Amino acid sequence: MNGNHEFSVTVEKLTKKFGSFTAVNEIGFETRKGEVFGFLGPNGAGKSTTIRILCGLLIPTSGKATVAGLDVGTQSERIRQQIGYMSQKFSLYNDLRVIENLRFFGGLYSVAAEELPKRVEWAVHMAGLEGREEAMTGSLPVGWKQRLALGCAVLHKPPVVFLDEPTSGVDPVSRRQFWELIHQMAKEGVTVFVTTHYMDEAEYCNRLVLIDRGRIVAMGTPTELKQKSMKGQLLLVECEPLGPGLEALRQAPGVEDAAVFGRALHAVVADAAGAAGPIRASLEAKKVAVSKVEQIPPTLEDVFVALTTTRGTRNPEARA
Amino acid sequence: MSLRRILAIMRKEFTQIRRDPRSLAIIFVLPLVLLLIYGYAVNLDVKHVPLCVFDRDGTQDSQDLLKAFQATEYFDVVHVARNYREVVEKIDTGECEIAVVIPHDFSQDLREAGGTSVQAILDASDSNSANIALGYTQAIVAAYSNRVQVEWAQRRGLPAPASVLDVRPRTWFNEDLESMATIVPGVVALVMAVVGAFLTSLTISREWERGTMEQLISTPVKALEIQIGKLIPYFLIGMVDTAVCAAAGVALFRVPFRGSWAALFGSSALFLVAVLSLGYWMSVVAKSQLAASQMALVATFLPTFLLSGFLFPIDQMPVVVQGITRALPARYYVTILRDVFLKGTPVRMFASELVALSMYALVLVTLATRAFQKRLE
Repeated sequence: MNGNHEFSVTVEKLTKKFGSFTAVNEIGFETRKGEVFGFLGPNGAGKSTTIRILCGLLIPTSGKATVAGLDVGTQSERIRQQIGYMSQKFSLYNDLRVIENLRFFGGLYSVAAEELPKRVEWAVHMAGLEGREEAMTGSLPVGWKQRLALGCAVLHKPPVVFLDEPTSGVDPVSRRQFWELIHQMAKEGVTVFVTTHYMDEAEYCNRLVLIDRGRIVAMGTPTELKQKSMKGQLLLVECEPLGPGLEALRQAPGVEDAAVFGRALHAVVADAAGAAGPIRASLEAKKVAVSKVEQIPPTLEDVFVALTTTRGTRNPEARA
Repeated sequence: MSLRRILAIMRKEFTQIRRDPRSLAIIFVLPLVLLLIYGYAVNLDVKHVPLCVFDRDGTQDSQDLLKAFQATEYFDVVHVARNYREVVEKIDTGECEIAVVIPHDFSQDLREAGGTSVQAILDASDSNSANIALGYTQAIVAAYSNRVQVEWAQRRGLPAPASVLDVRPRTWFNEDLESMATIVPGVVALVMAVVGAFLTSLTISREWERGTMEQLISTPVKALEIQIGKLIPYFLIGMVDTAVCAAAGVALFRVPFRGSWAALFGSSALFLVAVLSLGYWMSVVAKSQLAASQMALVATFLPTFLLSGFLFPIDQMPVVVQGITRALPARYYVTILRDVFLKGTPVRMFASELVALSMYALVLVTLATRAFQKRLE
């Protein structure tokens, strides 16, 4: 047993190799009880691998991890009663009715018979599926399916919930509803461990880990990350055409880093006010039409780009 | 072990089977199709062989002999040839499988030279049927020859020449020598093997393919609970299929049932556990529905069809192949079924087959249990 009851998940030097490929490389972190803990990174960064190790579905190559005080290597069967898990791919039974899926998972989690109807009713209400209990699960829109999957995963009121990209492929309104559910659970003391590659969703997390190519590149609250991890200030540059504009921006005076964000460019500079003028002049000299240069607050995406592109040159010791 | 979780899995499997047209077809249609195909179409009895006769003698004696051919159900006289060319033509075209040619001086030689012969021409492209037809022909001619001798002796007031030795056959168990009676028990085994292994081969691989397995193994359900919960529905279905096939065999094909129902269901239960576990094991190993179901069919249908003794008698096989049949649960099951249906043999007489089946069931259950891990790799 882990003596420290403050943490619901602890991870220490955890490594997972598939053959010669290292999916997760000596990562370490802790999650506190009742917090929404975000695991942020691009596809293939090692998010799903980490979550699967924590759920006891994969055996780590080395390192140590505990969930609800239980060791993932030796006590994975006991862990399963303490967790709820939603895998990346929708994985309820499409050929069962809504109510049948709920009763099935209620049975597997051994929810007490007298309590099951109440829990099923709660899950139906939470997923907004009142009146559609008899609908075939496969016929539901994606957003509702994901809420039903969450309902199935937490029927037994687990203290820790792992959600692997729960909102991928879900429309914006359903995404917001889903995050409201996550926060409601956290308020009731549940630790919610959630992975996402949507940078905007990361802002909803209490604490975050940024992961890239199997390594943790930063950790902290969204605000901390934005303040600490960005060296310098951020300029938004709108110009035409974009490709040559990026080239010119990288060579412009005072620019430490530049990247494409949507249909504009972001540049990292030491002094935003001083650099704006020379940048505009430099771009226009290279026949790039500049329509706007202004300072903006950094988003987590900027932080992420800054941390992953400068890795190797800068020490990634931004850990909180 | 939690009964609650096993029941949850069982209920889910039944619901999914009920809603899957493919599973329903395998459960309800396949056994009937197999039974009808093998019951009606596969007929190993050689009867009504098309016969061409060419009577070059044209006497009362030659006509008497040909009448003997007409009188039996084994031959149908479909053509009376007027010359030798017609005989050759009928055999060539396959219209007749056998031709009987009676020589010119048949009657005269029979009565005066003290003996003669008739010619039989056979299409031996199907050697088995040709052999049997030749046997019938020899028997008919021998009977006729015997009659002629008796008449000859009687006309001279001599005592009839007694046969020194003859065979009085009594065929047991299948009194009419109907091949149907031996085939139907084999069909029951074939249906069990195919339905059992095919259905279960889909059950685990389907969950991997659809991604539901990852959710399933993240719950506290144990591997053995999944296995038991998934196999019990198919076991019950298999037992019902056995009963339906056995009843259809008795009712439709008039196959005798002389043994005990307990012996039938007991041995069927053991055989089912073996083939269900085989399918389940393949499902676990293959992880894809297509691969698993193909493996299950190859591992059950072909060996049961060729090597179980269902159609081809095992003691006629080369010794090496006979050895291979010992590795097949179906071989023991077919032996038991024939005993139960046709002979009504007491259980202790096929105890060794029951022991062999139990061992296979145990080995395959163990393999299936060990193969399934609640892990993603």
